[in-house]
Amino acid sequence: MIQVHKLVKRFGLKTILRGIDFSVAAGEFVALIGPNGAGKTTFLRILASLSRPTLGSVQIAGYRLPAQAASVRSRLGVVSHLPLLYADLTAEENLRFYAQMYGLSQAGRRITEVLELVGLAARRGDLVRTYSRGLTQRLAIARAVLHDPEVMLFDEPHTGLDQDACQMLDTVLRQVAARGRTVVMTSHDLGRITGLASRIDVLSRGTIVASVQCSQVEPDSLPAFYRQALAEA
Amino acid sequence: MESRPRALTILDIATILLFIIAVGLVFFYAPMEAVMGQVQRVFYFHVANAWVGMLGFLVAAIAGVAFLRTSNRKWDIVGLAAIEISFVFFFIAIASGSIWARGSWGTWWTWDPRLTTSAIVELVYAAYFMLRQGIEDPDRRARFGAVYAVLSFISVPITFISIRIFRTIHPVILGIGSAGAEGSFDMTPKMLLTFMFSLLTFSFVFADLLWHRIRLGSLADQAENLKMKVLE
Amino acid sequence: MHTVPQTEKPLVTQKDASSAARFTHSVWAIVWKDLAAELRSRELLSSMLVFALLVILVFNFALELDAQARATITGGVLWVTFAFAGTLGLNRSMAVEKDRGCLDGLLLAPVDRSAIYFGKAAGNLIFMLIVEAIVLPVYSVLYNVNLFIPGLLAVILLGSVGYVAVGTLLSSMAVQTRTRDVLLPILLFPLVIPVLIAAVKASTGYLQGMLYADIQPWINLLIVYDVIFIAVAFMVFDYIVEE
Repeated sequence: MIQVHKLVKRFGLKTILRGIDFSVAAGEFVALIGPNGAGKTTFLRILASLSRPTLGSVQIAGYRLPAQAASVRSRLGVVSHLPLLYADLTAEENLRFYAQMYGLSQAGRRITEVLELVGLAARRGDLVRTYSRGLTQRLAIARAVLHDPEVMLFDEPHTGLDQDACQMLDTVLRQVAARGRTVVMTSHDLGRITGLASRIDVLSRGTIVASVQCSQVEPDSLPAFYRQALAEA
Repeated sequence: MESRPRALTILDIATILLFIIAVGLVFFYAPMEAVMGQVQRVFYFHVANAWVGMLGFLVAAIAGVAFLRTSNRKWDIVGLAAIEISFVFFFIAIASGSIWARGSWGTWWTWDPRLTTSAIVELVYAAYFMLRQGIEDPDRRARFGAVYAVLSFISVPITFISIRIFRTIHPVILGIGSAGAEGSFDMTPKMLLTFMFSLLTFSFVFADLLWHRIRLGSLADQAENLKMKVLE
Repeated sequence: MHTVPQTEKPLVTQKDASSAARFTHSVWAIVWKDLAAELRSRELLSSMLVFALLVILVFNFALELDAQARATITGGVLWVTFAFAGTLGLNRSMAVEKDRGCLDGLLLAPVDRSAIYFGKAAGNLIFMLIVEAIVLPVYSVLYNVNLFIPGLLAVILLGSVGYVAVGTLLSSMAVQTRTRDVLLPILLFPLVIPVLIAAVKASTGYLQGMLYADIQPWINLLIVYDVIFIAVAFMVFDYIVEE
């Protein structure tokens, strides 16, 4: 579903991503972990078609980025650490806006479904300005799944959430993944991804230094694995 | 590090020579103008500077389009260099224009289309520099600079035309009503020669400075690159 | 919390619209969104309006306006007011998108980038027209000048279109810099001088009851400017928002 080949990204004279090879099969849930500054957000933005590669190729669902980005966008759902929501509109109005932007038919029904999925049906008429960080994040996920995308990209979605909100988020993430979607999630915290991901890749200083299937490794030994991968890089 | 190419050194020498000759022509060869006297000699440098300044603006606009299409950093350096140099040229044009106005009509400023447009171009350039200064990311800085160079290159001629129309309906050199207000005069062959030579000289000066400035920009980039490599 | 029913069919269908229809829908969606948000907070309109009225007030004290002088000066005063108040609106409109990453949200949608430009520009134009629609009667009343001349209103429309066309483009750049609010007027004013000159001359022409033949060159200039810059904006906007 996702094919990245020798991806390089430079900002001016600084090289952030140095030749990344990365692929995700349909339905896989891949967690991309790495320390701050490794290039996770940059990488995800390129996958999301928000940024262009300097060199290398990126293919999603068979379409090449950035040339065929327009075809890819309707199949992508993105949750970044910024909410991408309008504070002065209600939750429902925000979703209605995005439904229009994505050209969805039967928007009303879909909006209700999504709000129920993330547990915000009761607060649909409230201004986003009044939402806590946890609720905002859930609404952001609702926004991202609104158009039922095949591929979902999450950029450190647990940032700034307390324990309860995190658990709720995890439940939602599981349900999102359960529908057979392809998911790539970045994080710098190992604890967040156990139980969710089927594969873990380690990104350090612009390259992928290690990759492991979750089925082949004990959850307890993951921290050691991570530390070793970083040390060897 | 590459050393200065021979062609550039030759250009340097040629430019200096031309400039000396041009100054000589302006002060010793060209005849004194009947009405305005010595002050009129400013004219030769004034117009040459303005025309070459406009050339710089054109170069920057073309470099802007080229950068947007190719994303090649080299075009950004060219665009920035052209505008920096053009900025100075227009400044000289305005200053000399001001001296001419003072000498001819006793005012430091005339609101005629060309002088006013030159002033507006200077403001555009100032805006260009401020825009670039406010951006960290080099790629975005180059892109936005290119866009602004193109937009302003389209807008400035329209501005000139609108001031022109403004002037034909309401002539506005305050305090002067004579037909000589535009400051035109007939040029004798000697004056024409001096004028054309000045134009040639300043084109050389522009090309020379531009080449140097582009080299400077490239070298700075290379130095930055090496610094990055060392720091890793 | 309910779970999404597991079905074979896709959960949503994206309307099989032609790209032109998609384009207009998205433009409309953006305009509607801006209007709805503004209706709630009224921050943008109130700041523009208060500012505009203050400027007019200051002009009253700065310029000694006897009845005769007023006819020649009104055009200029109005346009200076609109130009300054306009920057507030342009800044605020783009800042909303930038602050919560909403611009990314717009860029992620499967629409042409220029739809975003048109949506924002149309919204900006509406806000500017609303402010003008309030300022004109107020000025009329304060200075006992009749401003409801159809020609004048047409000039205000044409001038606002040109101003907003370039302003939206530049504010989408300015909002991505460090010096955001200060930078927009500096970038904008040198480029909209033709609009200001033409609009002031044409407005004054209508206020003084000049012949259309005298006013026409200014109207033509406005139309030419508007057409050129809307076309250029189309071509250039992609480069401003694409990374």
